[in-house]
Amino acid sequence: MSFRYMLRRIWIKKVLGPQSCLNGPGRVAEAPLWQRCRGVASTANAEKVLFPGALNSQFTDKLDFMQPSEQNAIPTFRVMNQLGEIIDKEIGVETENEEALQIYKNMVKLSIMDLLMFEAQRQGRLSFYMVSAGEEGISIGSASALHPSDVAFCQYREAGVYLQRGFKLSDFMNQLFANAKDNGLGRNMPVHYGSKELNIHTISSTLATQIPHAAGAAYALKMQNIQNPDQEKRVAVCYFGEGAASEGDFHGALNIAATRQVPCIFICRNNGYAISTPTSDQYRGDGIASRGAGYGIATLRVDGNDIFAVRRATKEARRLALTHGGQPVLIEMMAYRVGHHSTSDDSFAYRQRVEVEDWKRRDNPITRLRKWLERQSLWDDAAEKELRSKTRKEVLKAFEEAEKEKKPSIRHAFEGVWEELTAEQREHVSEMRDVIRRYPKEYDVEGFEGGMRGLDELVRKKA
Amino acid sequence: MASKAPTIRALTRYLLRPPVPLHARCQRRQYSAAAPGARLNGSVEYDTVPILNHTSKSALSNPELPAETRNGQTKRINLYTAVNEALRHALQTDERVLVFGEDIQFGGVFRCTMNLAADFGTERVFNTPLCEQGLVGFAVGAAAEGMRPVAEVQFADYVFPSFDQIHNEVAKYRYRSGSTGVNCGGLVIRMPAGSVGHGALYHTQSPEALFTHTPGLRVVIPRSPTQAKGLLLSAIRCNDPVIFMEPKILYRAAVEQVPVDAYHLPLDKAEVLKTGKDVTIISYGTPLYTCSAAIAAAEKDFGCSVELIDLRTIYPWDRETILNSVKKTGRAIVVHESMMNAGVGAEVAATIQEKAFLKLEAPVKRVAGWATHTGLMFEQFIIPDVTRVYDAIKQTIDY
Ligand SMILES: Cc1ncc(C[n+]2csc(CCOP(=O)(O)OP(=O)(O)O)c2C)c(N)n1
Ligand SMILES: [Mg+2]
Repeated sequence: MSFRYMLRRIWIKKVLGPQSCLNGPGRVAEAPLWQRCRGVASTANAEKVLFPGALNSQFTDKLDFMQPSEQNAIPTFRVMNQLGEIIDKEIGVETENEEALQIYKNMVKLSIMDLLMFEAQRQGRLSFYMVSAGEEGISIGSASALHPSDVAFCQYREAGVYLQRGFKLSDFMNQLFANAKDNGLGRNMPVHYGSKELNIHTISSTLATQIPHAAGAAYALKMQNIQNPDQEKRVAVCYFGEGAASEGDFHGALNIAATRQVPCIFICRNNGYAISTPTSDQYRGDGIASRGAGYGIATLRVDGNDIFAVRRATKEARRLALTHGGQPVLIEMMAYRVGHHSTSDDSFAYRQRVEVEDWKRRDNPITRLRKWLERQSLWDDAAEKELRSKTRKEVLKAFEEAEKEKKPSIRHAFEGVWEELTAEQREHVSEMRDVIRRYPKEYDVEGFEGGMRGLDELVRKKA
Repeated sequence: MASKAPTIRALTRYLLRPPVPLHARCQRRQYSAAAPGARLNGSVEYDTVPILNHTSKSALSNPELPAETRNGQTKRINLYTAVNEALRHALQTDERVLVFGEDIQFGGVFRCTMNLAADFGTERVFNTPLCEQGLVGFAVGAAAEGMRPVAEVQFADYVFPSFDQIHNEVAKYRYRSGSTGVNCGGLVIRMPAGSVGHGALYHTQSPEALFTHTPGLRVVIPRSPTQAKGLLLSAIRCNDPVIFMEPKILYRAAVEQVPVDAYHLPLDKAEVLKTGKDVTIISYGTPLYTCSAAIAAAEKDFGCSVELIDLRTIYPWDRETILNSVKKTGRAIVVHESMMNAGVGAEVAATIQEKAFLKLEAPVKRVAGWATHTGLMFEQFIIPDVTRVYDAIKQTIDY
């Protein structure tokens, strides 16, 4: 509501009396705080400011600039310490043993897939890869606390969300090779996964663009939650890095999410770096969590190496997100980016090797959970060895199979831009097909599923 | 995790077990590579291509260089080093120059800003937060208050958050400010652009046509290290804001002899790279190499003579040089990577048609990206290759 609009209402109220102030006299009692008519700024002895922009502020005669740097940093929520001991035994871990084991196995699987795919890229068998090292707990832990029907938006370092939701090794590998079985139809760079069945939108390389999408999707879910009261209520969840949180899209997203009160969980992975840029060049506030208050959003900072804390925080965030018909929640998950940014990056150009080694030794979501499992006698070296060897074999099998597949049909180069091929595109396809036909030695089309037939079909398919 | 290193090595061996029939020479998986038996495609040889200066003598014979420079030394460098040298010279000679962008402090993801922060200090060379609209808007303000900011956008594909700043602010600042005279000249926005073989949707784009639709901007795309150095220095000195798009595949691929001195190249002149009689090819950036290879094959096979022009400054562009050439040859082909629809080729072709209609022997042909996005596996079919340019020459002279 604009200020001018407010003033107009105030004027109407003066002229017409209180009854006609709101949309209808019957709604006076239900009107939320922000809709109620207010007098001008304040009366002489009022204690509270009545400016429309800050309704609960008290007057003060102290000239006191807020100095965020002088305030205590926002605490970091933990359930389990570095030794795998549970801090509040009464609440415990809120996780069944079976589930803890399943989560552990998935984290190990993710880390093994990462090691192998990183190597595969180094050998020239993939063009690109990004690992999750150090952040497996955030993606897998949070995904394990969501409902499968919740809608997820990812950045690129959240392969664990896919894995935990049931993305198969073959699904990963087909995407990485962009082969004929890749559901992205060979169009995207490696690690830009997507899955309709698992309710995860396909990743875009353009940072932060998914954050407002998540807010809008959450609004759609909010409406659908109301329209289909018999169905499981759904939330949207959005992952992004602390670097991406500098983009305008982050601000736009959280602000609109707050004004529309959408059931969305915004999960920031704060891993200390955006490629080479340390957080000290990225922001000067208290992390990303400190921004939540600015948007009027419930916010928590969590130890991302503590899988139980991640799970509890996400579960509670989900509950909060669905109360009062919907509201956004922000969680800042703390971690350290153990790996290089991507296979295109050599992080020792901007950080010390020892910094990384220190971190690896200090803490890690996988070893921390393993400590807990061992304390519970749920795990031992033999189990670890067996799991690792079995998982390696599974990954390599999927890898080899995917590598053997054909490339996707060339038709996918043109389809999917619009719902239907345009006349212009069809002409372009014809021209391209004509060149390939006349210069057969110059093009290797046989590696693509269906060879030239992919193009023939496109040209033939008249609108 | 450190203890796992030997295991990784063991796994590596395991991974290597079934040897894959990859081309021996390619380091990384080439999603878009030329066919093994190709004669035309994949025939760009950067070591011998005539559009690079392989000797000091040819580098110094460039008539656009000032006399002192032509009497000076040259050094064999690649394109990112040439950019670095231009930035270094600008920082050294003009205290108004600032260099900033995402990750530039450690040298940048393409190494263009190596050692600049160390040598000139982080007051003048610094990392920005990850926010293109923020950093470009910041550059506008700094320029409007008398600095010469050189802002880097990490990839041309990520310039769009700053599109509002560029189209509505950068371009209109001078006009809007009227007789106050305030403007943001001196602002340069650098960005790596273009295809590299495996960049897919968001590491491949060449969005120049989106900026050539905006009066008030200058859009420059260098083809080589020599050009990059001289054009970037002119862009920094220019009192109009400049969008400077660097073909990122050329950062390392294009290596040539470059004058050691600082020098400036004109921002309003196209350059005739090769004279010819029968057909004019107009292009810029990476496709010039494609064109050069296609011309070599076409001239040999068809006995024709092809003129090759580098547009260099894509907007405002040098109509005179292009029209004079087309009036001479009677035939024109425009080649660019980005999509054909409403691309630079459309503008050039329309201008030729308007101004040289009676001299034309054939329709102006466009060889450009098709009307689609650059899907990872399909780049080789979408971005113009040597075969398509070769065939366009044939079709145009046979018309
Ligand atoms: C709009 C945009 N600008 C720049 C980039 C280039 N880029 C890719 S990842 C990245 C760093 C992101 O850091 P962060 O959000 O912290 O995620 P992390 O990599 O740490 O997981 C940058 C700058 C991009 N992809 N999109
Ligand atoms: Mg980060």
